[in-house]
Amino acid sequence: FPLRRKRVLLLRGKNTEAMLDSFKERVGEVLLPGDVFSFESPGSESNIQDKVICGPGLRRNGDEILVCKSGILRHKEPNLYWIDSQQKRYVPAKGECVIGIVTAKSGDVFKVDVGGSEQASLSYLAFEGATKRNRPNVQVGDLVYSQFIIANKDMEPELVCIDSSGRANGMGVFGTGGLLFKVSLGLVRKLLVPQSEIVKDLEKIFPFEMVVGMNGRIWVKARSTQQTLIVANILESCENMTAQQRRTLFKKVAQNAS
Amino acid sequence: MRETPLSNCERQFLLTAIKEKKRLDGRQTYDYRNIKITFGTQYGCCIVDLGKTSRVLAQVSCELVAPKENRPTEGILFFNLELSQMASPAFEPSRQSELLVKLNRQLERCLRNSKCIDTESLCVVSGAKVWQVRVDVHVLNHDGNIMDASSIAAITALCHFRRPDVCVQGEEVTVFTPEERDPVPLSIYHMPICVSFSFFEQGTYLLVDPCEREERVMDGLLVIAMNKHREMCSVQSSGGIMLLKEQVLRCSKIASVKVAEVTELINKALENDKKARYVFEFL
Repeated sequence: FPLRRKRVLLLRGKNTEAMLDSFKERVGEVLLPGDVFSFESPGSESNIQDKVICGPGLRRNGDEILVCKSGILRHKEPNLYWIDSQQKRYVPAKGECVIGIVTAKSGDVFKVDVGGSEQASLSYLAFEGATKRNRPNVQVGDLVYSQFIIANKDMEPELVCIDSSGRANGMGVFGTGGLLFKVSLGLVRKLLVPQSEIVKDLEKIFPFEMVVGMNGRIWVKARSTQQTLIVANILESCENMTAQQRRTLFKKVAQNAS
Repeated sequence: MRETPLSNCERQFLLTAIKEKKRLDGRQTYDYRNIKITFGTQYGCCIVDLGKTSRVLAQVSCELVAPKENRPTEGILFFNLELSQMASPAFEPSRQSELLVKLNRQLERCLRNSKCIDTESLCVVSGAKVWQVRVDVHVLNHDGNIMDASSIAAITALCHFRRPDVCVQGEEVTVFTPEERDPVPLSIYHMPICVSFSFFEQGTYLLVDPCEREERVMDGLLVIAMNKHREMCSVQSSGGIMLLKEQVLRCSKIASVKVAEVTELINKALENDKKARYVFEFL
């Protein structure tokens, strides 16, 4: 699972064990904001050090850990915990790849709408092979697939279309033809899991191109308008379906398509 | 907060799809989204859903006021449509936007100027006391075609509304509570309903009930208000496109079919609600 903003908590000795137990008991349960995992303050000295990593939805407050999102508590070995929620609002996080819409060109930066509370800026030099002379061809209204390099709550977020070695690595301007639509962030994470079942099943029906941004935007393009619409509608309906229901739906669509 | 901008790729795709007679949600060109009408517990509260996303609430209320000087025997109708931020982050609070003014004006033209409500029956004491009926329309979620949803919600809420019964003895006016005397419905002559048509490519292509993204790509909009007797109550064209006579006539024909369907739906919903209330009273 692509995790964002890991917080590492260093806990000591037996308190950690108590804490871990209280966590383990509730894995897979639905938690609501305001739920608390508390443990006694570290009094006894011990040599054993243990780390608990808190992912999204969990927050440390002194000696306790607070739940700040509603969702299901998930666990990954060894000590990684997070809340799996189904929200729609996107909050930029460093390192995430998103689909943005260019809204303005101002001087040497582009303003990009990523669906967050603020627009992000994208320098024209942050494209593969771009120099002061050789500007990239980006128009207002174009789609860009790019990565956050600055994302914190007090500053304007900043995007780049190159990786650390200066390569495009799949990023940049895209999207001639094809359709852009929005889904929940939970569904996007499901699609981005390596070997995602939804994607695997879907590509059996007919070939299509897809770009998935962590901000809940998805762009698809198939051979015809009809097929693009089918893919888009199927993906939207995957939101609230069990694996079983999904398979029956896909089977039906495959029959109609052929 | 700003509106999410429409990307070039969406615009392009929508236009090619419309040319191929296809729509984003799989509807046909002349199809309405699924209309769902529900009522609140109070009289005069109605929620209209268009498809899964557009949602409008209308609430009717009334009070006794002095009539206007030039019309001493007529009750007063007051319409107010509001676009809250909850509907779309692009709507700014406490600002009279162009869209808001346009929608309010169209709602008034559709419901007041068509004289669908008997205002004289709202008079209690001539020149002294009349009922002021107030219709508040709140857009709860915006996914295009606010006009049609609000007009359906407003007229349904008016049909559903019951005002307190009054009795005049000499100079004295008594208003009865619902426990003392059953509240009385308003007298409504006919039910005007708006149908929106959006035009693309200078009027070459036409869609009924545009969704939000289609509204952003369209060139022009034609709103026809009509009742089930095929009487036109208002026609409004915006966006500044030239329409041919045949196009307007064709739209009016489509509108008459749609209005008949919607009126049927409203009557059914009102009937169901009446039955539900009747059962509830006897429990």
